[in-house]
Amino acid sequence: MTNLLVADNIHKKYGNYTALNNLSISIPKGSIFGLLGPNGAGKTTLIRIINQITIPDSGNVLLDGEPLNAKHIANIGYMPEERGLYKSMKVGEQVIYLARLKGLSKAEAKERSLYWFERLGMLSWWNKKIQELSKGQAQKVQFIVTVLHQPKLLIFDEPFSGFDPINASLIKDEILKLRDDGATILFSTHRMESVEQMCDHIALINKSNKILDGKLSDIKCDYRTQTYEVGIETIDDSRSSLENLEKILLPEMAAHWEVTPANFKTINENDLKMIVKIPQELKSKDLLLYLSNKGSINHFVEVIPTVNDIFIQTINAD
Amino acid sequence: MGALGLIIRREYKARVTNRSFIIMTFLSPLIVVGMIFLITYLTQVNEAGKRTIVVVDESGLFYKDFESTESIDYVDLSPAGLTVAKDQVEDNNYFGLLYIPANIKINTSGVRFYGNEVPGFATLESIENQISAKLTNEKLLDRGVDLDMIDESTTSVSVSIEDFEGERTSKISNWIKAGFGGGAGYLLMMFIIIYGNMVMRSVIEEKTNRIIEVIISSVKPFKLMMGKILGTTLAGITQFMIWLIIGGGLLICLTLYLGLDPETAKTPVGNMAATDLDKIELILLDILRLPLLKLAGFFLIYFIGGYFLYSSIYAAIGAAVDSETDTQQFMLPIIMPLMLAIYVGFFAVIDNPDGSVATTFSMIPLTSPIVMLMRIPFGVPWWQLVLSIGILVGSFLFTVWFGSKIYRVGILMYGKKPTYKEILKWIRY
Repeated sequence: MTNLLVADNIHKKYGNYTALNNLSISIPKGSIFGLLGPNGAGKTTLIRIINQITIPDSGNVLLDGEPLNAKHIANIGYMPEERGLYKSMKVGEQVIYLARLKGLSKAEAKERSLYWFERLGMLSWWNKKIQELSKGQAQKVQFIVTVLHQPKLLIFDEPFSGFDPINASLIKDEILKLRDDGATILFSTHRMESVEQMCDHIALINKSNKILDGKLSDIKCDYRTQTYEVGIETIDDSRSSLENLEKILLPEMAAHWEVTPANFKTINENDLKMIVKIPQELKSKDLLLYLSNKGSINHFVEVIPTVNDIFIQTINAD
Repeated sequence: MGALGLIIRREYKARVTNRSFIIMTFLSPLIVVGMIFLITYLTQVNEAGKRTIVVVDESGLFYKDFESTESIDYVDLSPAGLTVAKDQVEDNNYFGLLYIPANIKINTSGVRFYGNEVPGFATLESIENQISAKLTNEKLLDRGVDLDMIDESTTSVSVSIEDFEGERTSKISNWIKAGFGGGAGYLLMMFIIIYGNMVMRSVIEEKTNRIIEVIISSVKPFKLMMGKILGTTLAGITQFMIWLIIGGGLLICLTLYLGLDPETAKTPVGNMAATDLDKIELILLDILRLPLLKLAGFFLIYFIGGYFLYSSIYAAIGAAVDSETDTQQFMLPIIMPLMLAIYVGFFAVIDNPDGSVATTFSMIPLTSPIVMLMRIPFGVPWWQLVLSIGILVGSFLFTVWFGSKIYRVGILMYGKKPTYKEILKWIRY
């Protein structure tokens, strides 16, 4: 898979403050790339450099193999975190104006905006002023402004903030559809669940440095810890009572592995619940084999790290 | 259409469709014309009230010598004596009483004016002139001088001024030149303040709307800034034109309808001087003799140069702040040179158009547009014009570059109230 955007050794200082420290990322064509990091890490600076709003002190950015230049403006769609439109300008007029600034002809701009307005059920807003719309409605207009000129690269900074769940899922579906139609999406957010759902690749930036980068599935594999949630059925007044198991099984297991009592949802509320971490050389079947002799296993799930876990863990380690 | 054209068009449209802009466009000429007629009317009402001054002349020299005018009636009550006359004045609510003592010929300090109100400067002067003329004549007669002989020998001389290229001018023409220059300078100052502020507000609006980031991901900040300045300027010119047309039309209509002559009301001096038909002709000749084409050309150059110089500073200020209330600290460097230029223009230039003060300030870029515009009607050496325009263009380019640097960084800065020091730091970003 080739890369649509390659940022190589980007360095940017504001006065004495280093905003980006020799940072490199590559965004594969047709992917949804999550740019993550705590507040003030340098995400916005990087996005502004890609948008040619800010110029890096050193380093190159290549879009489709070419160094960034003025004509690439038409190939990028950017929805900044701080949304904004001219409040006293009419919606339709404004969308056409902003599309024409991106190089569309007047007729093209009008045709495409009518298509999008109809698609998202917004035709009745055409002659309203932005100040007459609600915040969520204005956000939808902003979304259309971002995608109207059919850019190769779409940059969304917190695209779902300000949307109700229905509209958020509408916008999510639209973004996924744009990806399916061939666009590449750079996506910066603090909502880890949407990263989980949508991103193929992520990069994690902290204190001006990139600290993690790659395919989301690969990263998750790297962060696998051989940890399993285990639930064992208990039977009252028998050898398998909860009391007995806790007294005998737990210490026995704890002698070999890291075991922590846990509380997750299972069908049977009286199950003995624990989280077990086994060493690298063992496989899940070894644990299963051992457990099957001890009772009925109701619940056995590998604990896969969430993006949220990875985020917190990596940032804290940094 | 290029991005710059689109921005100019949007900016122009946004300005001229703005409700307060429309209201101001049509209301301002009404207000100004209304004011002119109010002043004219009040002046006439003022003059209509005829005043009566009682004269008590103990010397007997001035019998009926005070000629009643349009505004003052002189009533001679000399036989009644001072005390009775005073009562009369109070009873009849006359304006005042002029007392001339018996020994006026020897001691002129005894002349008194009694009244509740202080008489106007013009009234007092007319009284003084009449007394002094009469006394002079009396004294001349006493010494046996023939007054007719003096009248016949009195000669009036008017020096006509001519420069070495043979162009003739007159004293009045100096005032006309000052008027032209002053008018042009004042117009430029008004234009800078009104429309420079408009540029600034429109930059702040984009910042507070947070649309700026969307726009500058499509166009260069420099283009956006120039587009804003040009669009606002065009809107300004439109407004000025409408003002001229409506104001001029209204003035003509009202003048015809009311039969007033605003000219005489505006210039009280005109009453005395311009009534003379010859003089009016001279003034017209003087105006025609001014190098009008040259004036218009330089007016355009300095107007554009000066306006763009200032409006790029305004745009940079707008970019540096978050709201209009934060602009105060940056207004001083704009208003100061403008005020200075106007003062230098009205004092130094009119007094001595080629003096060192006027020359210096017509070189300094922030004051040169106004000061030089005022100097040009008096004639300025070519090398000075070239130098001044060169400096102006140079500093205009520098300010636009400097302003766009501040603009580029400033428009993305929120929540901070910038200091001068911080803004200087932005240049290096």
